Amino acid sequence: MAEPAIDIENLTKDYPYGFLQLKKRRSLENLTMQVQAGEVFGFLGPNGAGKSTTIKLLMRLIFPTAGSARILGKPISDIAMHRDIGYLPEQPYFYDYLTAAEVLDYFARFHDFTAAERRERVQQMLKKVGLESAGRIQLRKYSKGMLQRVGLAQAILHDPAVVVLDEPMSGLDPVGRREVRDIILELKKQGKTVLFSTHILTDAEMLCDRVGVIVGGKLQGVGAPSELVGLKAQGMEILFELPGTVESGRELLAQATRTGDRYHLRVEESGLYAAMERLGAAGAKVLSVTQVKPSLEEYFMNLVEADRAQAAAVEVRATK
Amino acid sequence: MTRVGTVALNTFREAVRDRVLYNLAFFALVMMASAILVGQISVGIEQIVIVTLGLSAISIIGLLISVFIGVGLVSKEIEKRTLYALLAKPLRRWEFILGKFAGLALTLTVNTAAMSAGLFLALFYVKHSVERADTAVLVAVYFILLKLALVVALAMLFSCFTTPLLAILFTAGLYIAGLFVHEMRNMQASTIDPALGGLLRGISYVLPNFENFDVMGAAAHGRVISGMLIAQNTLYAALYCAMVLAVAVAIFSQRNLK
Repeated sequence: MAEPAIDIENLTKDYPYGFLQLKKRRSLENLTMQVQAGEVFGFLGPNGAGKSTTIKLLMRLIFPTAGSARILGKPISDIAMHRDIGYLPEQPYFYDYLTAAEVLDYFARFHDFTAAERRERVQQMLKKVGLESAGRIQLRKYSKGMLQRVGLAQAILHDPAVVVLDEPMSGLDPVGRREVRDIILELKKQGKTVLFSTHILTDAEMLCDRVGVIVGGKLQGVGAPSELVGLKAQGMEILFELPGTVESGRELLAQATRTGDRYHLRVEESGLYAAMERLGAAGAKVLSVTQVKPSLEEYFMNLVEADRAQAAAVEVRATK
Repeated sequence: MTRVGTVALNTFREAVRDRVLYNLAFFALVMMASAILVGQISVGIEQIVIVTLGLSAISIIGLLISVFIGVGLVSKEIEKRTLYALLAKPLRRWEFILGKFAGLALTLTVNTAAMSAGLFLALFYVKHSVERADTAVLVAVYFILLKLALVVALAMLFSCFTTPLLAILFTAGLYIAGLFVHEMRNMQASTIDPALGGLLRGISYVLPNFENFDVMGAAAHGRVISGMLIAQNTLYAALYCAMVLAVAVAIFSQRNLK
């Protein structure tokens, strides 16, 4: 089997706190996972779960308490590794006295480009992230979404083999999010490895070959989104309208949820026909019947709630 | 070293765009006003007054820039998180520190050179000539630059492990203490407790000796400054800066950027 593009082994990070910094808070615990070459990997978790900590450890912005990681076969302490890596920090901020073109030119100087190549790459990137016309404006006049685009441009400027994006959709409007999604898909098409953190689950479901879910600093599951949530249907959902209030429909209406003039009724697969007959008898107009599958969101929320329950139990034991 | 140069040039560009060099306009006004006034009220001591005033202004303005911008060189990048994307590039942390130091040193050199040109213009205005003895003024300016480089290195060191406000206080405190190094050494004879005298003497050798860089009196009176002192001060500043920056690099290389 080919060597993973990102190979993380027992990565642990403690942050000291308190006046004398003697107490320690564990932010990441024994994280072991691999991201294969050419795959889009989504790193999911609620705020404070340890996503950014992991990414900062990989980028050597912080140092691990224990464990190790390799990217493209090189240990993360090897500076040469950074030639093949692109990184978008969370809520990126750049030198606001520079224009977008100048920032990109500055970052390009750390790679082995000639002056002509630099100019060409900068123009290409500005075009790719939709900042062609704003490239000569100082960044202090940029919106959060525009800064995010600059961040994305600098991450892929040098055509890296591995791209690590920390919350790439954050602060973007729907158009911007769509553009970022397209860029990630394009990177995948080019055979790049993409690791991105997010808490927007629809993005992960749409883009990722595999996802890793991290909660409370611990990895809770890794796999393809469909594998994680399971493929078995959880029931059926009937969408219907009911022109008048009919006595026989009361019981059904009590179980349904209403959105405007329409009702959603969720029933067991085995009870579908009986429910349809009762709706027909009540004079309901059935608009659609769909299979209900568990979503990544439900899987995610179950993990988060389990973690919260465990934390609460620990707290109760500690106070006793 | 190309990467150090890239960081340095960007630091210089930041200083220019943040209008740091606007202080030159203030300095020009001071020099013009003093040249005109001195020409009217002092007889025979124009050179002393102009040189003393000019060198003092160059030193004070340079010190303000060194301390306040020096402290922000690293801390501002961390606070604003501009450093995150930068350190993900093939750039070592020591290259970043050296680049930032070199960038501010370049800014100070340009600033000091421009102010020195103003000082010589004012001198020429009151004396109507430039003499060979005026080279002492150039040496004094060079010593100010060495002193400023040392202050920048100290400011960067402190900003690597403490808050900007504390870093300013530490740098300023060390600068002031460094102006009294000779007094600390001489105090030994007058103190009763020999242990305290020994301690002060020891501290005086560790502290940066800023007194050695002050040749304002000699420059104002047109006295020759020896080549030996120039070589000594150059070597001292270079070694001290290297040592301070090495400690700054060692601290910054271990620092977690939260």
